[in-house]
Formats: sequence, C-alpha cells, structure tokens
Amino acid sequence: MSIDLKTIKHISKLSRISVDEKKAEKLAGDLNSIFEFIEKLNELKTDNVQPLTSVAETTLKLRDDEVKSKNLREQIIKNSPQENEDYFVVPKVIE
Amino acid sequence: MSDITKQSLSELIKNIKDKKLSSTEVTKAFVERSEKSKELNAYVTEDFSAAIDKAKKFDENPNLDLKLPGIPMAVKDLFCTKNVKTTAGSKILNNFTPTYESTVTQNIWNEGAILLGKLNCDEFAMGSSNETSFFGCVQNPIDKDLVPGGSSGGSSSAVAAQLTPITIGTDTGGSIRQPASFTGIVGLKPTYGSCSRYGIVAFASSLDQAGPMAQNVRDCALLHEVISSYDEKDSTSIDFKRNNYVKELTNNIKGKKIGIPKEYRVDGMPKEIEDLWKKGIDYVKDCGAEIIDISLPHTNYALPTYYIVAPAEASSNLARYDGVKYGFRADGENLIDMYEKTRSEGFGAEVQRRIMIGTYVLSSGYYDAYYLKAQKVRKLIKNDFDEAYKKVDAILTPSTPSSAFKIGEKTNDPVSMYLNDIFTVPVNLAGLPGISIPAGHDAKGYPLGLQIIGKAFDEQNLLNIAYAMEEKINFKNKITDWWIK
Repeated sequence: MSIDLKTIKHISKLSRISVDEKKAEKLAGDLNSIFEFIEKLNELKTDNVQPLTSVAETTLKLRDDEVKSKNLREQIIKNSPQENEDYFVVPKVIE
Repeated sequence: MSDITKQSLSELIKNIKDKKLSSTEVTKAFVERSEKSKELNAYVTEDFSAAIDKAKKFDENPNLDLKLPGIPMAVKDLFCTKNVKTTAGSKILNNFTPTYESTVTQNIWNEGAILLGKLNCDEFAMGSSNETSFFGCVQNPIDKDLVPGGSSGGSSSAVAAQLTPITIGTDTGGSIRQPASFTGIVGLKPTYGSCSRYGIVAFASSLDQAGPMAQNVRDCALLHEVISSYDEKDSTSIDFKRNNYVKELTNNIKGKKIGIPKEYRVDGMPKEIEDLWKKGIDYVKDCGAEIIDISLPHTNYALPTYYIVAPAEASSNLARYDGVKYGFRADGENLIDMYEKTRSEGFGAEVQRRIMIGTYVLSSGYYDAYYLKAQKVRKLIKNDFDEAYKKVDAILTPSTPSSAFKIGEKTNDPVSMYLNDIFTVPVNLAGLPGISIPAGHDAKGYPLGLQIIGKAFDEQNLLNIAYAMEEKINFKNKITDWWIK
C-alpha cells in the first residue's frame, strides 16, 4: 500500500492542518515508511479476537447528576485568544 | 552544607525533620544549581523566586509530619499548574496558564513540596529524545550533545544533574523509563488507573500514566505513595487499596519467580545490552529469586500496534487545539482557514505527523483495517502477559535496546526513533506497572537500565525487587558537571 499526495491532502483536510506541496511530499515519505512498519500486523489472524478497548476491567462509576463547579465563566474565558463580553470571538461565519 | 543538592530525597527529608536543614536552605541550593545549569535547557519555566518565598513561609511554621516537608521539586511541563504557565513543550500552548491544578501535582503540594519550575519535554510527550520540544533539545548531563531520552527528557536531565531532588514524568510508551535509563536514574510507570490523569495534557488517554523519577528506589517509592490516589475527576482512575509503599519496602525477595521473555532477545541487540541482562539475571538469583524462562509471543507486534493506537487517540485528543478557547491562534481569512493555519503553525512536525497517522487510521474505509486490527492485537499482547503471570511474579528485561544517542542522530528517520521504545511499549499496551533501574555502563561510560515489569496493581512487589537489585548493583552515576563553567 502506498499513500499518495492526494491522500495526504485528504487527511490534512480532515485534520484541519494546512499542508503545502513541499510538506505534503515529506509527509507522504514519512507516512509510507511508518505504514510499511505497521503492515506487520497483517501477519496475524485476528478474526476471533475481541478488541481491547480498556485495560482496566472495571465498570464506570456513576454519580448523582449534580452541579459541582459553579461560576467558572471568568476562568474559562481567561486563556482565550480573543473574547468580547464573555464570548469567544472567531472569524465571521455568517454572511 | 555545600553538598545539599547531592543528597537524596530521603536524606533531605531527614535533615529537614531533624532541623539540620531548613526548607529555605534546601530550596536555595537547588535554585542556585539550576541557575548555573541553563546550558542543559532542562527548564521551560522557572518559578525560583516564588519557590524561595514558599520555602521561607514553610520555615516560619513547618509541618514536619508531611511526607515531603518543604522539599523543592520541578515537574514535567505536561502537568497543569495553577497560575504557572503549562506548555506541553508546544508553541500552541506557549501562552497557556491553567486556572486549575492537576490532581497528581496537588497531591504533591498537599504533602508540603514546593514547585521549582516546569521541565522541558517532547511536544505533547511525542518523542524519545526531547528533540521535538518547541523549546529546544535538552542536554543529558552524562555527556555533551547526548539526548536525555524522552519524552520526559527535562525531568531525567534535571534529576540526574541534581537540579531537583526528585520529579514526576508521564509515560505513554516509555517516556519515564527510557529517559531514566539514558540518564542513570530510577523511573516508575505505575499501573494504568493508579495515578489520576486529571490536569495532565492528554496524549493517548488509554496509555498515559504519571509516575515518579528519582535517584534511588526508596525515593521513587515515597513519591509514588504521594501521587497515587483514587480520583473521581478521572473516570479511568481505579479505586483499589494502595500500599504504604515505603513502609512495606523490603529487599527480601526470596522465592519470587522472575520471568525472562525470550522474545526480548531482539535481532541486532548490542552485546553490552545482552551482557547487562545476564548480569541482571545473576543479581536476582543472588537475591534468592527463581528465574523462569517465559514467552510473550506477540512482542514483535507491540510497536506497530502502538503506532496505530497512540496516534489515533492523539488525533482525537488534539482536536481541541483550534485557536478558539485557549492557546495560540494564527490569523485566517475565515474560520476554517484560521483552524488550519493555527494547527499548521502551532504544532511541530512530529505532532503533525502523528495527528495525520491517527486521522488516517480512524478515517472511513480504514478503521477496520488499522484501528480495530490494532485493538485486537492489543488484546493478544495483554493475553501474553496474563498467561505469563500464571507462572511468574515479575518479568526482567533491558529498558532500552541501546544507551543514549547523540542529538540529531535519529531525527531524520521516525521508525528508527520509534524502535527505542521496543521494550517499554508492551507494558503500556497491557496497562501494567514497569520500573527502570540503572544497572551498568556501556563502553562509552553511558548508563544502561534494566526494566522490571509487574502484575497490575503490584507496584509493591515491583519496588521490592528493584530495591533488592539496586543494593546488589551498587550503581554510581558518572557525572562531571561539564556544563558548569
């Protein structure tokens, strides 16, 4: 299997990372060598194996649905790159 | 006392409790040495004057019943520290100051310790040499231009160079044990669920664990006792009875069964690693333990599995860095353009590479072939350990396939860099505890580590075996202070 530039462009779009031609070529090279290494897994037959989703074999704890943290508005907004009247500001999305 | 920074954590605690040293004296000594050691680039953020103020305050009314009374400590910059910048080694978090504290660091401050500063690490803990950090590589105090390992490279360098008496790192695929091995110190990766992940910048959530890094096993046990706790803020934190790890520490490991997995004898393993492993086997025999040959047949599949699972989880975790709520933002013509430029300029090359791998293996049409396949192989790897632990109490392996390498030596070949973690990664995949202890030197005089892998929640046994071996090995780190002019 080989990852071509078109695939790189597609993944970069899904990842929301802009990639120019030069970077795309470098990434294609790197990803191909990494996937060549990953393909080793195909040596194994796993049809009857249950996938492992968590190493901790415990069930998640439940708790009462109560509000514990209050009045965090200031803390939440504190690190935002741009804010206005307690709102996060982003580039215009509605024409 | 001019040799304060040479003392182990246990010695410092004793001297503070016996009132032979004050917290201020100890804190000033570590600050002074850290100031003289800037060439190591171990710190991202220094908090020295605040540390001295806190030490003075501690001395005014010292609570000597605490486990870490007035002990200064620098921590990996992956732990959120309230009102102290937390970068995860990334440009994208270079302006981030948390408004809350991670549970693990809170546990440490609750026992009387004092924050010295934040230690350098690979960007988002993705790396094995500390070279992916936005803040530059870290020098290994063992030799100039040698990597300190990664991702907890600032942490390993700082403990080995005695800039902090002890520290904490995080370990997703070997990020505590490999740097510990490269710098001649002790590093413990606890059982998954033992230490809370709350407030740790996430990399791969099913693998990440915080753990102590120390000059010796006793200090390591003490810090583990402090940081390990059940925490309802982390849904994967496990509520089990924790030991008094220091009180129960013993070098009596007579009759313990130690497994030697034949699959860890990898192709091209340097002879000095092979010899070290044999020496390790002799040491445990000397301690009265029994050696049993075991097989972990899927060992060779652990790294390929890891390089699907970890990037997949990372691509999901790092989706939050979008330039909106916190962190770096680049200007863009519209919202999508802003997202794409922010992430392209804010993340470094290795992080972008891993996000791309993760996005690809989770994308429509490839999920079953890669991600699901990897989860199934992960199950086989865990089954290997479950089988082995029917016969043995712990497993002994080398920590790394080589000693520390030079800065720049492996940066152009991601796969050769990934191979560094060949002995450590299976432990994370199976959620087990593992400890690396310094066990010898190679021909160049660089330290080499041995790894002991334990059963889940059996840190006590693991620490005991390490403690008994440490006594036999009697390792001395060769550090010349070459960076101090």
